[in-house]
Amino acid sequence: MLVLAGAEEQPLRDLDSYRAVGGYVQLERARAQEPQQVIAELIESNLRGRGGAFFPTGRKASFIPTPDKVAKPVYITVNADESEPGTFKDREIMLRVPHRLIEGCLIAAHAIQSRFVFIYIRGEYSTEYDVLKAALDEARAAGLLGDVTMVIHRGAGAYICGEETALLSSLEGERGQPRSKPPFPAIEGLYAAPTLINNVETITTIPKVLELGPAEYAKTGAPPDSTGTRLFCLSGNVARPGVYELPHGVTTRHLIEEVGGGVPDGRSLKAVMMGGSSFPVMTPDDLDTKLDANSLSQKGYFIGSGVVCVLDDRTCMVQFALRVGQFYMHESCGKCTPCRVGTRWLVQMLRAVENGTASESDLDLALDVCDRIIGKCLCVLGDSDAMIVASCVTKFRDEFRAHLEHGGCPFGHDSSLDRLFAPSDQHDLAPVAHEVRV
Amino acid sequence: MTLVDEIRKVAKQYPESKSAILPALRLAQQQYGRLSREALEQVGEALDLTPAYCMSVASFYDMLHLEPVGTHAVEVCTNVCCGLVNAQAVLEAFELELGVAPGETTGDGEITLRAVECLGGCSTPTIVAVDHRYRQSVTPDDVPAIVRELRSGG
Repeated sequence: MLVLAGAEEQPLRDLDSYRAVGGYVQLERARAQEPQQVIAELIESNLRGRGGAFFPTGRKASFIPTPDKVAKPVYITVNADESEPGTFKDREIMLRVPHRLIEGCLIAAHAIQSRFVFIYIRGEYSTEYDVLKAALDEARAAGLLGDVTMVIHRGAGAYICGEETALLSSLEGERGQPRSKPPFPAIEGLYAAPTLINNVETITTIPKVLELGPAEYAKTGAPPDSTGTRLFCLSGNVARPGVYELPHGVTTRHLIEEVGGGVPDGRSLKAVMMGGSSFPVMTPDDLDTKLDANSLSQKGYFIGSGVVCVLDDRTCMVQFALRVGQFYMHESCGKCTPCRVGTRWLVQMLRAVENGTASESDLDLALDVCDRIIGKCLCVLGDSDAMIVASCVTKFRDEFRAHLEHGGCPFGHDSSLDRLFAPSDQHDLAPVAHEVRV
Repeated sequence: MTLVDEIRKVAKQYPESKSAILPALRLAQQQYGRLSREALEQVGEALDLTPAYCMSVASFYDMLHLEPVGTHAVEVCTNVCCGLVNAQAVLEAFELELGVAPGETTGDGEITLRAVECLGGCSTPTIVAVDHRYRQSVTPDDVPAIVRELRSGG
């Protein structure tokens, strides 16, 4: 364990308990070094982003212009807007090692010579906010912040704000809609100034990278590309769900069967929501795939935000695709037409399949719609919907077809996702608030 | 401290005051119960924005309410991870206990029931946020006690 080290039994919420496991020692060491040296160590460690994109952290930091090259201040924004279905690791970090996150922020601030850190935490995380705020107040009182201003900014319920440019829009006080890239945030981010954006887990790993030393860290996990550990989010039909910090490179089977105790109730594994709801689902024949970026990508999967959600044989895959589709339809910000319209079409088509009123050609039409979303929007929200839906249609086509032949769901009411209500449906019910028109 | 003063104080944390609109809307909602016209005007005054702009931002976010909502909020996660282990039964138990559909408020204006997207508590399904605090591993059997607790002013 690296990220959660020391917090195996008890959370390390206060400063003293964090100091007792070597907390803030690396900050002191980093501050004694040249900023460039810290970035060089991050590059050598090959630490990569844990938010889903897996971009090399050190390289990203190296894109930020140094103060002599830019007339504006540079910013750090930590993405704590954890909202990907099945992801619950950043929450665990904030509850168990809040000071390690703060230490990581301060080291990163030194590395890119920034004096402003914003932690954008999802609005629903109330207890996590309280714990992090208490830790920040304590660190500030202890003089650890130096000349750095650190603000915890609370979101207000919008999945899209986890997308980096939407997050910046939201933080600037606008509707949380993505912007076109380039310019990338490293050049033109918050307030049009250079901005480093990192996920909570990535930033929290930084102190441990420095503690181990970059060369040593680079040997852990599944080098050379997937170094270090990962906080896997195991959930669904599994005996022991939870956040498990394991080195990159363990197999999916090991995580589910050995660590998680396997599928309970004598059921069998049907599919895995792998990486998050934004990626293709895994079928049982690929369970021996190692959980590292390269092994997964060879089989067409993604490590994403470390999600491993197990679906047993009671799951109707049409209902699964429909419910995921409803999520994306609900969360689409509406800016780009292929996403705004495409996510809605997919829901309509999947509902017709579930009801048995679609035809075989509609399955191809659904795949065609997926094709027409992917790569055609400012951000990947629509792509995410298209990828998981297309994987369900392709890999479970027989099951989709059975709905059409059966004239409805062949599971009857026995699917574990039967009757699952989606929040998007209650928009139809909500009364129009006539009296608040300004 | 008045709401306008309180918002202006929060805004000082940011290089540009417009950044404070989400905390400002949150504060206004706490005070007014929802983002009424008056609440939006207060936010606008504090941050030098038009009420219409404040409304356009507020309408983007699920946790901000332009329409009247209950004093208490019961929010049941119905995304797939909770759904795989029967979140629908928990939601239905609340519907039965409260006599409202998801998205609706009880007749006495006390409790709003909502289905919500993944709350990030997938290892302890079903997650129910009761007045924005997570209850973990909620089953249909827990529902009457939660409602009783809210009804008794908990």
